[in-house]
Order: sequence, then structure tokens, then C-alpha cells
Amino acid sequence: MTAQTAGTAQLAIELRGIDKRFGAVHANKYIDLQVEKGTIHGIVGENGAGKSTLMSIIYGFYEADEGQIYIDGQQTRISDSKAAIGAGIGMVHQHFMLIQNFTALENVILGAEGSMLLNVSMAKARAELERLAREYGLDVPLDIPVERLSVGLQQRIEILKALYRGARILILDEPTGVLTPQETEHLFKVLAALKEQGTTVMLITHKLQEIMAATDNVSVMRRGEMVAHVVTSETSREQLAELMVGRKVLLQVDKGEANPGKVLLQVDKLSWRDPSGVLRLDNVNLTVRAGEIVGIAGVSGNGQSELLDVLSGIRPLQQGSITLNGHQITNLEPVNPAQVRQYKVGHIPEDRHKMGLINSFAADEAFVLGYHRKAEYNHRLMTKREAITADCAEKMHKWDVRPQDPALKTANFSGGNQQKLVIAREMEQNPDILLVGQPTRGVDIGAIEAIHQQIIGMRDADKAVLLVSVELEEIMSLADRILVMFDGKIVGEIPAQMATETMLGLMMANILPDEVRQLQSGAQS
Amino acid sequence: MSQARIPGWIYVVVIPLINIFLAALAAAFVFWYIDVSPIEAVVAMARGAFGDSYGLGYTLYYTTSFIFTGLAVAVAFHCGLFNIGVEGQAYMGALGLGLVCLYLGGKIPFILLLPLSITAAGLFGGLWTLIPAWLQGYRGSHIVITTIMFNFIATAVMSYLLVEVLKPKGSMSVESAVFDPASWLPKMYEVFAYFGFSILRSPLNVSIFWALLCTVAVYFFIWRSRWGYEIRALGQNASAAEYAGISPGRTIIMAMMVSGILAGFFALNVVQGEAHQIKFGLVNGMGFTGIAVALMGRNHPFGIVLASLLFGFLYQGGSELQFEYGVDPRIIIILQGLVILFSGALEHMMKHPIERAYLALSQKFQQQTVAEG
Repeated sequence: MTAQTAGTAQLAIELRGIDKRFGAVHANKYIDLQVEKGTIHGIVGENGAGKSTLMSIIYGFYEADEGQIYIDGQQTRISDSKAAIGAGIGMVHQHFMLIQNFTALENVILGAEGSMLLNVSMAKARAELERLAREYGLDVPLDIPVERLSVGLQQRIEILKALYRGARILILDEPTGVLTPQETEHLFKVLAALKEQGTTVMLITHKLQEIMAATDNVSVMRRGEMVAHVVTSETSREQLAELMVGRKVLLQVDKGEANPGKVLLQVDKLSWRDPSGVLRLDNVNLTVRAGEIVGIAGVSGNGQSELLDVLSGIRPLQQGSITLNGHQITNLEPVNPAQVRQYKVGHIPEDRHKMGLINSFAADEAFVLGYHRKAEYNHRLMTKREAITADCAEKMHKWDVRPQDPALKTANFSGGNQQKLVIAREMEQNPDILLVGQPTRGVDIGAIEAIHQQIIGMRDADKAVLLVSVELEEIMSLADRILVMFDGKIVGEIPAQMATETMLGLMMANILPDEVRQLQSGAQS
Repeated sequence: MSQARIPGWIYVVVIPLINIFLAALAAAFVFWYIDVSPIEAVVAMARGAFGDSYGLGYTLYYTTSFIFTGLAVAVAFHCGLFNIGVEGQAYMGALGLGLVCLYLGGKIPFILLLPLSITAAGLFGGLWTLIPAWLQGYRGSHIVITTIMFNFIATAVMSYLLVEVLKPKGSMSVESAVFDPASWLPKMYEVFAYFGFSILRSPLNVSIFWALLCTVAVYFFIWRSRWGYEIRALGQNASAAEYAGISPGRTIIMAMMVSGILAGFFALNVVQGEAHQIKFGLVNGMGFTGIAVALMGRNHPFGIVLASLLFGFLYQGGSELQFEYGVDPRIIIILQGLVILFSGALEHMMKHPIERAYLALSQKFQQQTVAEG
């Protein structure tokens, strides 16, 4: 408890002995926390450490079983989010709570209209928002439907919403997950400006470099407990990671030289339009060889998901061709995901909840998803239940999926263990080509390490790996070659050892740095 | 997370029972309001439904119908489809079965006719889902809308056929000729009499065995076959199913076909077992009641049998009530409505209090055992 100064500085929030149980799960164990006024305070912890529960208690989604909350030194009972707003707390959720076909202005006044006639409150809000934009650099177009704005701008609207409601304490839950490095930087500038004006910011994240870059103090949670409070300038990423996990963690991935062999995955002039006619993939060309990892970097929503979907057969091919393991696919010979699997292609989807798993299925049922027609799992009419369960149990043991219970519903596993289950399923089928989307999204640090090792293990076993990730660090540490996607196009390619975060960040915004330009003109001549 | 700690029987047994109890409590107020003693009413219903082999026979006869229609709704529901068209599919099943019995009854031995009539009932009911299922699977038309429309079409088709084709010359009522007795399904009192037991005459017939067989078959189909796996995968998470290479169109058609086949089997009980002729409006809302049955039975085959029994009791007990107290026959609909309200619409009302009560009790119990140990 090094950084917890005894009441000399003014406290914006103080928690004393906050305790919360959900049935037998002890989500928060007697949490004490002091957040000084006018600081940026980071909260880190693995998934399931209790960060979200704690924030939900502060924002009034749950009420604590025990303990008190003091806001500005006053004991405050926060029974719902209305009370939280009343106490000057604003929250920006990880998933935005915006109405897509409303404008920024309409979204901001939603629930705070203040009068019967909309135009009165709209005019008032417009003036107020213009002031906020000037003071904090929070410019947004006020009259365009939110759905047409970028994710970064949508996030600004969320912040504006909180400020408009008079928030003096702003809680941001994993705010950078969907932002480019440049947008992240801008966000941190905004937060610094807010801090200058006396607003207190609480930043919940699992990205340690952001904690180091943006916060004044940081509190670490592990398994429902507050394990440490430290001053950011006196700590390091390694120390924080160790505190979070409870043991030493390798932040750098160990890997040897790539040894690329023959081309297993080739994409030629691939274009794809979504049902509303928007060009999502624009003349994409790429190759992946056996024994290499090709990383695709880019802000999410620039065609990476569509690329994975077309490659794995989920979306029909429209234009161009794909060669998977020697099998050519064109729009004349469409394939479905079941056939693609038969070409020995494994696919770890970007979103395990949306695609990779079925939450209500037991682990063993989810473990055969996509392979459920294989002879080893089926009698003539019925499924071989025992064989499926035994196979799943064996692989759960091998991949250290916890708890090792094949009958447990997939929804009841932690994020990291769900992801391990998906990865185990796809890798255990021994594919030649592995399509990997966001392998560590929402996965805790301990599991990230293991997943990265396994992906490199596939490469070293001479598989072709295509890796899509919005985490630059992940791309840079795993990939041998990096392609950057912007607006459906591959805008650049660089070998991983040449790539820097700034360089990739610029390319992700479709600005080609000189080094890359030279590299590409060199390749063409 | 908290759900993992609460045993399944709380949800499967305790909560439904409490919901039914609440519905009964509300029904008691209704009886009290119309000057019927609630206790006497319950006694009258129970006696009417279970008191003798006659009442029990009727109760189980209705139960059989509800098992078929309830299973039909449940299978579609596992695929995420709300099959509102069981009513029409059952009606078409009656047509298929009726044609077999009308034209082959008495001409071929019963033992040959029965497989044919079962097949025809299933096939007609199943095929009646084909267009709505195809439209949903490949064109995205909502199955609720299309199956409702197909109920109307079924009624229109059957009215035409009954009036213009199937009605015997000179008959005044809108119904087909009576089937040859050689094609009738044996009644249970006849079966009992064969073995030397005497029970009262009632419409209960051997199709109840087929209903129970279908119950077990549906269980294995849904939870133990790869088709059931695909149906459930699609119903729970359509994009995960597509990811797994499961064709949504084909799976929807398969689920709806099975649903329609089960709906068609309804005709075995009501037409081949009891009426012995195709009558106008013979399904009489039992297809819609199947939705409530499936809901109450939580779409589980064995739950559906229990829910069917409950609805059979309400039907038979309710009509007994009419006799004894002369109350409006629509009292049955009110009772059904209350059961549906409390165990369907208000299903989650009691969930949290009961979960909390269970946790408090189990904690207390643990502390006690720790203290004693």
C-alpha cells in the first residue's frame, strides 16, 4: 500500500471495504481504493480480476454487499446509474451506448433533454458542446448520424455525453481497444486536458504500456483483491505484469528465424462487396508460405474480418481467386466452410462469442463445432458422445483449459480458457494453413503468453499462419512479414524486423512512410 | 457465474411448480369472484380429470394431442424458429391420414394400413412446412408470418376439399365419410378388455404409445444426433453455425420438416383414434396450445410430456367444472391463460428470489455442517 497517502491530498473517490459476491463467486474482496482529485488513475488486472465489477459498483449497476463509497469526502449511496450521474460520475463503456441513427447532438441530450421542446435543449446542448470542444479538443461533427462516424469520434461523443451531464469523475473501460495509435494518443491528450481542468479520470485497461504512458497512479487487481497501489513513475511494465499475474511473465516472445517454404495460401485480386454494396475488400493480393507468420495490421473495420470470412468460406467469393493448399477457389466454384476445413485449413475466428463458440453448449459440444461430422465422432445415426467427451477431456488436459470439465457450459469458462478451447480445437486438427483472428482479445496476460507460444509452434511445424490483429504489439512480436490494411486495400508490406509502431500507425491511417515507399518501389522494379 | 452454483433441479422442478402454484392462486381469485369455492372447484377438477378411468381416459386423450403439438413447436424452437403453423400442419396431417383411411380402409389389413396412415399424416404435415421453411431459409421471410398465413391457407384448402370433394353426397355437415372400422386405431378400453381388465369407455387410444415413442425419439434426435446438433447450433448462434459449415437453409428446412411431421401425427390421435372422419376445424386450437405446452416444458421432450399432462388436466377438469357448476366453458381458456401467464410470461419473476433463497439456505446448511464437523 505504498502510494495510499493518508488523507492529505483531496480524494475524488474513496472506497472502503467494498465487498461483492455473486453466489459463491467472490468478485470483490474488501477493496480499499483512494483516487486523488485531478489525477489519472489506472486500474489494471487480468480478465475476471474484478475490475468491471468494481466499476459497476461505482457506477451503480450493482450495489456492494458491504463497504462504503465516499465521493469528494462525502459518504454516498449509489443505488443506480442515475445516482452515480448525480454524484458527478460519468462512464464510457467499452461497447458504446450510442443510438446509431441519431446525430451526436441527439445522442448527447438523450435522457437529459431537460424540457418538453427538443429544440430548446438542442440549442443549449450545442452551445455547451462547442465550449467543451474548444476546451478539451473534443471536436465532433454534431449533425451527422453516429453510424457514419469513425470509432474514435464515437468514443469522443461518449466522453461528451458524460461531461455534458456534469461528470467530474470520468471512468473509461478499456477505451483504446478500437483506436489507432494516433487516435489513442489524441485520447490521452484529451484526458490530460481534462485533468488540467480538475476532472478525475479512472482508466481501466489491460494494456500496460498505456498505463505507463497516461496515468499518475495505478492500482492492480488480482482475483477480486486489490494487490497493490503504486505511483506510475516508480514502477515498470514488468513489475505490473508480475503483480497482475502473481508470477514472472515473459512480455517478449521468444522466436527463432522463420524458414519459409512453398506457398500454401495465395490470394489473387480478391474483391468483395457487402450486401449494401460497399466495397469491403479491394483487389487484395497476398501469399503465405509454409513456416511463416504473415500479420495483417489495421484498425478494426478495414476489411480484415471480411478477408478472414472469405478465406474460410463463410462469405461467398465474388471476384478474384484463392488457392488454399493447392485447391483453387473462384466464384464459379464456391465453397463452404466445411469444404475449406477439408483442405486442411484451420480458422480461429476473431470473435469467439459470435463465431468460435456457442455459449449455451457444453465444452465438449463446442469442442467439435465444425468437425462434428467427422467419422470419429459419429455412429451411423447418433453421435459418439463418449468419444467426444473423452477427446475433449484429453485436449483440455493437454492445453491446460481450466476447469477441466467437458460438461461445463462454455459461457462459464473465463475468456482465456474459452479462447484456449477454440485454439485447441483448431490446432489439434493439424491444419496446414491456420487463419487466426485476434487470438488474444479479452484474454489475460498469463494465457496470452501460452497462446503466442502455440502460434509460433505452428509456424515452426511448417504451417502457414495468417494472423489478423488490431494489437500492434502482437503483430510486431509474432509476424515475420506485416501487411497493413486500410479501407479494404493492402496499403503496404514490411518485414517485421523493420517495422516500428509509428511506421505501422501511419500506414494504418493510409500514410505511407518514406521507408515503405522505397521498399515497395524497389520490389516493383 | 452464479448460475453454475445453482443445481438444475431448481430450474426444472422447483420454479415451474411455484409458478403453477401462483397460477392456481390467481385462479382461486377468479373462482371466488364467480361465487365458486376455490377448494371445491379444485376438487371437482381433480375428480373429473383423475377420479375414474373415464376422466383419466379423457385427460390422457388430450395429453396425447398436446404431446404431438408441443413436440412440434419444441423442435422448431431449438432451431430458433417459432412455428406458429402447427395448427395448419396438424390439419394437413389429418388430410393425409384421412385419405389413406378413406380409400384403403377395409381394403388392406390394418397392419399394412397403419404404417401408411402414419407416413401420410407425417408427410402431409411435414410438406406443409416446406414453403415457409424454404422462404425463411433462402429468402429471409419471417417464419412466424408465413406459418400463420399457411394456417389460413390450410383452413381454406380443407374447407374446399371437405365441401366439394370429401363430403358424402346428401350429407349436411362439413365432414368426410366415416372411415371403415377396420382402419380405426384400437381404443385403450378395448386393449384393456383384451387382457381381461375392464375400464370405462373413453377416446383414449393406442396413439399415446406413439406419442411417447416420439418423445424419446425427439430427445435422441435433438441431443444425440448430428442433425440435432446442427439444429441447436443454428438456433443458439447462427454465425457460429455458419462458421462451422452448417447450411442455415438446409437446417431450417430439416427442423421445420421434423416439426411438421410431429404436428401431422396429431391426426393419429384425434382422427384415426377418435373421430374416424375428417371434420371441419378438427384441430380446434390444440396446435396453438402446443406453443404453451412447449414453453412450459422448456422445449425438453420430457418436460413437454408433463406440461401436456397439466394441460390435459385443465381441459378435462375444466369441462367437468362446466357440468358441475354450470360455469362458462371459457373458464378453461382463463385457466390456461393464467398458467401461460405465470409460467411463460412471468417465468423470470420468481427466478431471482428463489435463487437467492436457495443460496441463503445452502450457505446456512454449509455453516451448520462445518460447525458440527
